[in-house]
Amino acid sequence: MNPERPLGRREGKGSKMSAKKASLAETGQGNVLYNLDPIILKWHYEIDYIHSYAQDSPFFAGLSKGKLLGSVCTECHYKFATPRAHCMECGARTEWVELPLEGKVHTFTTCYFGSESFLKETPFTLILVEFKGFQTLFLCRLVGVEPNKVNIGMPVMAKFRRNSKFEATDVYFVPK
Amino acid sequence: MRPVYMITGGITKFKKANPEKDFRYMVKEAFEYALNDLPRLRPSHIDGSVGAYFSDHFTRQLKAASMVQDYLGLCPKPSKRVEGGGATGGLCFQAAWESVASGRMEVCLAFGFETMSRVNTWKGNEFIALASDTNFDYPVGGFYTGYYAMMVQRHMYEFGTTVEQLARVSIKNHANALYNPYAQSPMKLTVKDVRSSDMVATPLTRLDICAMSDGAAVAILASEEMARKFCDVPIKVTGIGTGTDSMRMADRPHGKVILLPHEKESDYRSLKYPGVHSFRAGRTAAKLAYKMAGIDNPIEQLDFVELHDAYSSSEIQTYEDLGLCRYGEGGKFVENGYPFMPGVGYGLKLKEQGTLPVNPSGGLLACGHPVGATGLFQAVFAFWQLQGSIKKHLGNDRLQVKKAKRGLIHSHAGTGTYITVSILERPI
Repeated sequence: MNPERPLGRREGKGSKMSAKKASLAETGQGNVLYNLDPIILKWHYEIDYIHSYAQDSPFFAGLSKGKLLGSVCTECHYKFATPRAHCMECGARTEWVELPLEGKVHTFTTCYFGSESFLKETPFTLILVEFKGFQTLFLCRLVGVEPNKVNIGMPVMAKFRRNSKFEATDVYFVPK
Repeated sequence: MRPVYMITGGITKFKKANPEKDFRYMVKEAFEYALNDLPRLRPSHIDGSVGAYFSDHFTRQLKAASMVQDYLGLCPKPSKRVEGGGATGGLCFQAAWESVASGRMEVCLAFGFETMSRVNTWKGNEFIALASDTNFDYPVGGFYTGYYAMMVQRHMYEFGTTVEQLARVSIKNHANALYNPYAQSPMKLTVKDVRSSDMVATPLTRLDICAMSDGAAVAILASEEMARKFCDVPIKVTGIGTGTDSMRMADRPHGKVILLPHEKESDYRSLKYPGVHSFRAGRTAAKLAYKMAGIDNPIEQLDFVELHDAYSSSEIQTYEDLGLCRYGEGGKFVENGYPFMPGVGYGLKLKEQGTLPVNPSGGLLACGHPVGATGLFQAVFAFWQLQGSIKKHLGNDRLQVKKAKRGLIHSHAGTGTYITVSILERPI
């Protein structure tokens, strides 16, 4: 589009606006049409968010340093294997606590299909890990094992991406 | 609180895609069905509405429920939208109940819809997975079937549940739907069919999982006075319960079972609860609804159940949450035939067929799951069951539970984050 010529104003400089001659500018853009009756067309939508991990930020910073951080309640001492700034049991503040880098498979699945953004990664294996001394679990990927060789109780250990993306997938597990 | 009755309901045919009609038109169709079934009731008698749809991503239209309110000609009456993941429809039903029970409205319309065909299936799975924690769970491989597959793996480990038992749920619900013209996926299946369909997330195959759908449903609730005025066979809502659980299933506790009146602590000495094998929210919802409805032995006092079987596995987990059997016995419950319809052929050997039919409509597995409409279509099928009007609405009476007096509807969100249970009864 020509920025010199705003939409709906096609008259020459200084000329008097003529209602009859006014028109919207035609553009080269169009829509992808799938069907005419009813009319079905492609409608694009995309957005970038400015996302803050806020109080959970130390967890993601920890991943970049090869540390897995959980939360321990300052009042009731409940130990969560996930970030949680306040205790789900009693409501008090929690403190960060390092999780052991080894645990056991609590449950698992191998996904052969997935959401669109993960389709190209299929098949992938998801596990919930249980850690000694912690009351809750941790969700992550298990790599380096055939899908039919995973079982509940299997010992696993954490590994970290060399180049952090500051995402939950910076940590993953492998069989111990 | 005062007594509340359901006086009519309506649904559209559920389809994979319905591009000829937008969500407003689909709700209008369900609304007209409900009005035609109750000719004395006019739109002018309706005091307001509660609208429900799950995902703004699917609609790509905020305040879509306002557009329905306007399309139905109900402006300027009160209305609001409720949303709660998969339980959106069930929460909508309960919000309409609250409007009438509180005395705020005499007659309240609950409407729900979803138009999931607007994106491809895998994008749709992404939208649904955004209903998991987007910092921690979604990025790891956000996929609801994956989450449910992990739950049932643990259920199988704890209790010995088998994939053949899961397949029986799929066979039952798809076969029931053969007699339900509103259903999206009626099918006669075998265990082999279910197990040999595409593996989606071990152990769940394509036929263990509900489809995405376009569709709408409405339920109209009223005070006793208005129910008697407009409806010959009103159905009373005698119990309402809702429960919740943590968004990340990793955060669920491993503590003691929440007991129902017919259970005792010694039933569950070694069980760590809810873990990821059971739904604390479903148990809590059932406990509250049973208390209100005076139910102390659900298997004896219920005549049928319409529950949220987004997965064959979650139907088995839900038998246990609702106390239809003890925790751990869900697999055996379906294996023995209890939740099958009497008089319908399934091609299976069943020891006790039809003790307590579960999902006679075909459930989500076979009817489809147009999310905002789902909890309401359950209410509509339950209403028809209790009225004894299945033949009138479905064109045949194969799915009519004989002498049905009391039914339960159950709506479920997330990995069990919001769960509703409502009890409907035919007054004597």
